[in-house]
Amino acid sequence: MGIINWIAANEQIIYIVILMIFVGIEVIGRVPSVLHTPLMSGANAIHGVVIIGAIIVMGKAESDNYLALGLGFLAVILGTLNVVGGFVVTDRMLEMFRKKKK
Amino acid sequence: MEVNILTLCYLIAAVTFIVGLKMLSHPETARRGNGVAAAGMTLAILGTIFLYKDKDAPGGLHNYSWIFAGILIGGIIGTMAARRVKMTAMPELVSLFNGMGGACAALISLIEFGHLAHNNFETTTVNSVVTDVYVLNNVSTQPVATGTVLIILLGLIIGSISFAGSVIAWGKLNGKIKDYSFRGQHVMNLVLLGLLVLLAAYIIGWLPVHASLYFYLVFAMALIYGVFFVLPIGGADMPVVISLLNSFTGVAAACGGFLYNNKVMLTGGILVGAAGTLLTILMCKAMNRSLGNVLIGSFGSPKGGATQNKTQGLYKEISLADAAVVMAYSNKIMIVPGYGLAVAQAQHVCHELEKLLTEKGVEVRYAIHPVAGRMPGHMNVLLAEADVNYDKLLEMEVANEEFQTTDVVLVLGANDVVNPAAKSDSSSPIYGMPILDVELAKTIIVNKRSMKPGYAGIENDLFFRPKTSMLFGDAKKVLQDLIAEIKNV
Repeated sequence: MGIINWIAANEQIIYIVILMIFVGIEVIGRVPSVLHTPLMSGANAIHGVVIIGAIIVMGKAESDNYLALGLGFLAVILGTLNVVGGFVVTDRMLEMFRKKKK
Repeated sequence: MEVNILTLCYLIAAVTFIVGLKMLSHPETARRGNGVAAAGMTLAILGTIFLYKDKDAPGGLHNYSWIFAGILIGGIIGTMAARRVKMTAMPELVSLFNGMGGACAALISLIEFGHLAHNNFETTTVNSVVTDVYVLNNVSTQPVATGTVLIILLGLIIGSISFAGSVIAWGKLNGKIKDYSFRGQHVMNLVLLGLLVLLAAYIIGWLPVHASLYFYLVFAMALIYGVFFVLPIGGADMPVVISLLNSFTGVAAACGGFLYNNKVMLTGGILVGAAGTLLTILMCKAMNRSLGNVLIGSFGSPKGGATQNKTQGLYKEISLADAAVVMAYSNKIMIVPGYGLAVAQAQHVCHELEKLLTEKGVEVRYAIHPVAGRMPGHMNVLLAEADVNYDKLLEMEVANEEFQTTDVVLVLGANDVVNPAAKSDSSSPIYGMPILDVELAKTIIVNKRSMKPGYAGIENDLFFRPKTSMLFGDAKKVLQDLIAEIKNV
């Protein structure tokens, strides 16, 4: 029963999960192998959204909870690294692809 | 109102992720797609910082100085690392960034569990010391939902495995960490994973008094599992592992979305989790191996130790001058690039050679194995950097049909992807992996630095075949000399 209640309480989220699984598979289904590395790198940057969680945790931490502050600070740094580094590296890879179009 | 605007920001961001990923899978739109996703991400991050509110933080977030300092530090280091990295080192950098994301997810879980423990079961434990175990059924007054604990643990475990695994993968790719395996490692990995799941289930189902203690134990075990998960895997499996860890981090990020009921984290995370898993499966298929087999980590483990060293045959060398003549007077040449080309940074010289030969009327093309290099598509990126035309890059299936009519195959620092043992020797660790059938061509010239086996540590019979001749030396140097010689022909 617990599980059914839990599903009912999180209905929207579960719908999103199921739909996104199919979207994720569909969207990259026919990617040419030339783009595998940039695609992996781009996807790597996108899962950097986890930084939003880090910002929320950080922004809610009480100012006397040094453990939460410290860990949250570290989480924000790491999350930013993932996002910024990921997008910049992907852009650098793809820049090389574009040059030859001229 | 502000919260509604934030919802809109998240909605836009979620759409940009999907559209961006879609655009990333087409050559013409790929770069714009990356930009679109980055713009959406910026919007979501700024929106969160300035507009986020919930019942715990009705006045919005605080600790702004910490948040901005963190973003500044991460942003500067991330940009510098990404800008400065050499093409050869790109795969390991992606692996490292992936690990950072995993660590971020694990840290969020650590903090949230701390809050949970502090606000709920640990304080109640003090009130009723008589019962030493808390059964969740009688916490109907307590808001500690099984689902929340499950999600926190899931984020912790997956994030930690992804972090530890990615760091090991990074170390292995840049040669800092050697392949390491011991007897019974598969069993140990499985036992470790089993214990991890049991312990997590124990925390979720029974919420013991010392839940925090068990929680940290799970954290430590997940890190250890991540290390031992990647440690024995070597050679051709590395791309698969990075791709798999990439999708792991996606799922870990989605756990955060579950936790905060945050749709954009959920969308982004699951999207990457699904896409990454598909990419991983595609790669496994290309190597004719099952994901389960990769997961247990059997590839790098030596099967019979020293007994594998078969007697080497004789190989013959070819001089630069001879190689130049053979190539200049052939009709059709196929270049097979590998990691050696990347290491030597020889992609530009390689393109020069190709142009020179084309001017001489030779048809030159490249045969690209899906797992050549250290990442799928590694060679494509590398050659694209050197302005090599797309149309000249042939995928494996196409190339294999072309080899029969090819005069010269020039293998540049590739090894395992042209190893005939994958077809003939059922005891070889790469048995069953599709390879480039370079042997169908009339002549094969192999450039290597030495006779040392490739990344997977397997001897390659191709080098001892009668049609094969060896051209030793650093790829860049050899190609430069070759160009000079061909100009003299």
